[in-house]
Amino acid sequence: MSERPRPIEVTDPVTITVDGRQVEVQRGELLIDACERNDAYIPRFCYHPRMEPVGMCRMCLVEVDTGRGPALQPSCMIPTAPDMVVETTSERVTKAQDGVLEFLLANHPLDCPVCDKGGECPLQDQTMAYGPGESRWVEEKRHYEKPIEISPLVLLDRERCILCDRCTRFASEVTDDPLIHFINRGSNTEVNTFPGDPFSSYFSGNTVQICPVGALTATPYRFRARPWDLERTESTCTVCSVGCRVTLESSRDRMLRINGVDADPVNWSWLCDAGRFAFEATNSEDRLTEPLRRGADGSLEPVRWSEALAAVADALGSADPSSVAVLGGSRSTDESAYAWAALAKGVVGTDHVDAQLGDGLPAAVFDLPGATIDEVCRPGGTVLYVGPDPKEELPVLFLRLKHAAQRDRVRIVEVTPTSTSLTPYSAAGVRPRPGELAAVAEALVAGDAPADGVAGVSADDLRAAAAVLGAADGPVTVVLGRANLAESPQVVLDAAAALSALPGVRFLPAVRRGNVRGAVTAGMAPGRLPGGGRLDGDAGWSGVWSTVPTEVGADAMGILAAAADGAISTLVLLGADPLRDAPDRALAERALDRVGTIVAIDSFPTPSVLRADVVLPAAMLGEVDGSTTNLEGRVSRVRPKVTPPGTARADWAVAVELARRLGATWSATSVEALRDELVAGSPRLAGTTWAELEAADDGVLVDLTGGGFDPGTPAPVPQVDSYSLRLVLSRELYDEGELLGRSESMAGLSRTPTVGISVGDAERLGVEDGTPLVVRGERGSSTLPARVSAGIPRGTAHLVHRLEGSDPITLLSADEVACDVRVELA
Amino acid sequence: MSDAPAERTGGSGDTPLIVSSRFDVPEAHTLDVYRNSGSFPGYAGLAAALDRTPDEVRETVASATLLGRGGAGFPAGVKWGFCPPGVWPRYVVVNGDESEPGTFKDRLLMERDPHQLIEGALVAAYAIGAAQVFLYVRGEMPHAQERIAGALNEALAAGLVGRNIMGTDFSVDVVLHWGAGAYIVGEETALIESLEGNRGMPRLKPPFFPAAKGLYMQPTIVNNVETLSNLPWILHHGVDAYRAVGTETSPGTRLIALSGHVRRPGVYEVPQGTTTFRDLFHDDRYGGGIRDGNELKMFIPGGASAPWFFPEQIDLPLEAKPVGAAGSMLGSGAVVVMDETTDAVEACYSLVRFFARESCGKCTPCREGTTWEEKILERILEGHGRPSDIDLLLDVADNISPGPYPVAADPEHGLEAVPFPPKQTTICPLGPSSVAPITSAIRRFRNEFEARITRRDLIPVAAAGSGGDGV
Repeated sequence: MSERPRPIEVTDPVTITVDGRQVEVQRGELLIDACERNDAYIPRFCYHPRMEPVGMCRMCLVEVDTGRGPALQPSCMIPTAPDMVVETTSERVTKAQDGVLEFLLANHPLDCPVCDKGGECPLQDQTMAYGPGESRWVEEKRHYEKPIEISPLVLLDRERCILCDRCTRFASEVTDDPLIHFINRGSNTEVNTFPGDPFSSYFSGNTVQICPVGALTATPYRFRARPWDLERTESTCTVCSVGCRVTLESSRDRMLRINGVDADPVNWSWLCDAGRFAFEATNSEDRLTEPLRRGADGSLEPVRWSEALAAVADALGSADPSSVAVLGGSRSTDESAYAWAALAKGVVGTDHVDAQLGDGLPAAVFDLPGATIDEVCRPGGTVLYVGPDPKEELPVLFLRLKHAAQRDRVRIVEVTPTSTSLTPYSAAGVRPRPGELAAVAEALVAGDAPADGVAGVSADDLRAAAAVLGAADGPVTVVLGRANLAESPQVVLDAAAALSALPGVRFLPAVRRGNVRGAVTAGMAPGRLPGGGRLDGDAGWSGVWSTVPTEVGADAMGILAAAADGAISTLVLLGADPLRDAPDRALAERALDRVGTIVAIDSFPTPSVLRADVVLPAAMLGEVDGSTTNLEGRVSRVRPKVTPPGTARADWAVAVELARRLGATWSATSVEALRDELVAGSPRLAGTTWAELEAADDGVLVDLTGGGFDPGTPAPVPQVDSYSLRLVLSRELYDEGELLGRSESMAGLSRTPTVGISVGDAERLGVEDGTPLVVRGERGSSTLPARVSAGIPRGTAHLVHRLEGSDPITLLSADEVACDVRVELA
Repeated sequence: MSDAPAERTGGSGDTPLIVSSRFDVPEAHTLDVYRNSGSFPGYAGLAAALDRTPDEVRETVASATLLGRGGAGFPAGVKWGFCPPGVWPRYVVVNGDESEPGTFKDRLLMERDPHQLIEGALVAAYAIGAAQVFLYVRGEMPHAQERIAGALNEALAAGLVGRNIMGTDFSVDVVLHWGAGAYIVGEETALIESLEGNRGMPRLKPPFFPAAKGLYMQPTIVNNVETLSNLPWILHHGVDAYRAVGTETSPGTRLIALSGHVRRPGVYEVPQGTTTFRDLFHDDRYGGGIRDGNELKMFIPGGASAPWFFPEQIDLPLEAKPVGAAGSMLGSGAVVVMDETTDAVEACYSLVRFFARESCGKCTPCREGTTWEEKILERILEGHGRPSDIDLLLDVADNISPGPYPVAADPEHGLEAVPFPPKQTTICPLGPSSVAPITSAIRRFRNEFEARITRRDLIPVAAAGSGGDGV
């Protein structure tokens, strides 16, 4: 099996004897791991290094002598102790293991020739290595209907199942989605769901990966390839910013499967289903495969790259630098971001560059002293969680936090506008009214609150939360994200400024898109230079680039506002879709209407792309080489596995080509050279040269000391209108965004949109679940069924971005700190 | 509901009845009768316990050498001492999930004398410092459930359970829990899983020894119904009186559930160690002889899980140690007598089938192996056996319980006994238990197995004619 023992540091060595050899191991580590580390691999099925051992497959039986004579013991359940004598290959061990394999095969259908697992199947491999040559079983085998759908993504073949408890343990222990379990007894035992209650977990694909036989298969890979035909490369997932390590697996130049890799500091081998299955979008029919240019008749016509690039170069070169803007780049690689930053800032000379779309967090969050995921999850630590529901936006971070709270005594104080998936694992929680987060942060730091509470949070709740923070053993770490698209991001910065007063505090910026941190670090933010330097500081880039802008440019919302005023003549959309994602639809519409030339570099014909004058097809994850930076600041390699469709190119190559056409003397023409140029000019990126990244499987952390955090002008506290509800607009993992919406298996899994309201407001309105409600804002209205939830505080309406049949972002206005809506009976 | 005095208990002039003294007393399940009948006044044992410190109570029970009556025979007082000091809360769990085939003594204790059990459980709770007792009663025993629930309500009303018991500051909550019908839940760690609301599957010991990491991962003492039912008598009459019964190493009495081919099957309370199987089968106070004057063929000394004994072992005393050395166990005190009319293959199949049906499905060898054993035996009985099946059966069994498996001596063939207990490739002893009838039957009656395989006249023909021949 591909799992490897959890890395450990031997701090308390004991000597044990394994097959006659004396070896030094960590006291108390499981024998199965200790033996594996010392070249005595013990066969196993149920043991998984990231789950509690159960000792039920009995394959790992070895003879253990602790002074009372050798006895067969499951090595996955036995902690090492001094002077233990272990035999892993004795006659009794071999007999027992052969016996277990024979038992497992007794009812196994042996349909290996048509089984997806054949060729990479632990049961098959271990049968070849340890098993008996022929079967003594002449009885009729167990029969079940095969396969059954236990969720829209996962199928279960109970005949192949060897009842190792891996999937069921994963569901109950790792994710707390205990929707699959054993039913029946003895040899009739089977894994199944409760009738009518499918295994709907955001993490269901992991069960397929850890299944030691072909019992669990996932629809995107089922019957697509044989394992020996697959080619694999290790890479990093960029669907969100957690940066899980993955293997990309393809056959015949088509991406077929993604599996998790056990990166100890990050994902512990787990992936969310979006990260695992969204690769299907790369195979989508909708991919842009050739450059397009708006023709005389106003429609987009295919053109040659040279013509398209010439048109873009012309639009960039002929415009006043201050009227050129670049939006996007946070889904791409560090090197692409650097190439585009260098093109925009160092060649064209504009600072109107923003990797995000006003729907993320300002670049200033990366100036806060940083914390890694491991530091946040430090056993016994205390975490202040300010941000979106982690299960919806950063699923594997949710798994890490949940594990920390459940098993490593980590105390979480949740500061979120509604309850989240983390609420059951939190020691305390407060629900600040949108727009007033900073006041709650101040009260938490102060440890006290006025009698009538703060920002809708009662004094008691505040004191309870402050007490948890006050009792912290060591400095508090803060997970800092944006929970609410309908709230100005400035509010989060103001809260961060207040929380900076906590002694020794460090922050994990919970940014959402895959490579926001990498893009910002590469210079894709207004006022920033690569490596974290400022335009007004001396970062030394003037010696590398032909020019460096002097004026600090506008951020995404500023660029859109300028465009709407007619001040932007050329707008580059680098995988950005302001029409869908910018939190002010009307502004985005006006902006795109008035820009002279829109250049879109994208993989899909999004609404914004369809408004472009020149469209350049871009390669996606799995097709591009480079590196990415996760939310912690961990830089790791992304690698190409398949060739992009048609003539689609990597973003960086477009930037380099445009720079050349604009007459720049820029020598970096490879992704390696771009990386090394970026690192050479950025002292804080030391240690992340191409060669160094190649050598580091789990990535390299950049300097996280922070410095120069400037929260900017505090946002005004919005007036409370007691006739309105304040809007919380959040995201869910399964949305109708570009990736999932174009993944065959994932499309259609998103929830039906609802408007969430509190129990109190539901009573006041006299509505229950499902009652149609009109949500009316200044910009528009929409009608949605009610969802009454105890997790929503009174005075709050909760909507979700990008679900089919609902477009609540149209309600937002960039000028408002918070968005008030009226909710009425339809 | 009144009880017909159908179950007879032993007891002669010289040996007192410790736990079964009220079995024949009408209405003994009521508090009033409990207080005023039997071999000690009801709740006098608890009163005696509350007059001492918990440590003194534990010391009393330890020096009485009260051996556990659930099967393993571990001294209760010693087990109580295994709770790690300073870890709270602790729990007492009463194992009333009596389901070993042949065993029906705890049922009587729960039906006939529920207060005695409750009193015993309270003594245990006091001794270890538990504030909660979980009373787990087998799901198929509705009569016992009703009696225990009724007794508990009475005890609660009388201030004998709950807050400030008997006016002291000792308070205990008793939680009743009815099982859902799995044999394996009689195993203590599986019972704990079941109590926690999970599927009843055993936990591995170590690390999950209940005394250290039991219910909700807290120190938990799991005691059998009969074990606890001994406590009031011991506390009331004292250690010396208890140790005067039975032998030095196995003091006191045992309830024996005698079934099978004897004239008077029933539950008998016998002094440990001084009674032999011969007494039990033939004495008129007990079994009264083999039925119909038949010859004894074999007997199971300790429930379905125990290897079989044969006529040569009949003079062994009813005591754990000599029975263990002779290759079996006294287990839960279920003695099943089989006379010469018994078919060894059928008997073996019947027992193996039980274990295959009751395997929880957790460990591979038990889950797949017991069913395989059942299927091979079924084939042999249906006339589809192969000569190689006997050795296959033994080897499948050996992969569940690596041999040599405990078995009685066979002097006629010069075969030595293999002492108890068996080894196991499984977590709990259920799988290895299925091996007991196989090794016992094949070693002694291999000829019967061979006959089933080779002789056509033994192939059942009834099945062929019983189908829908009218079609």
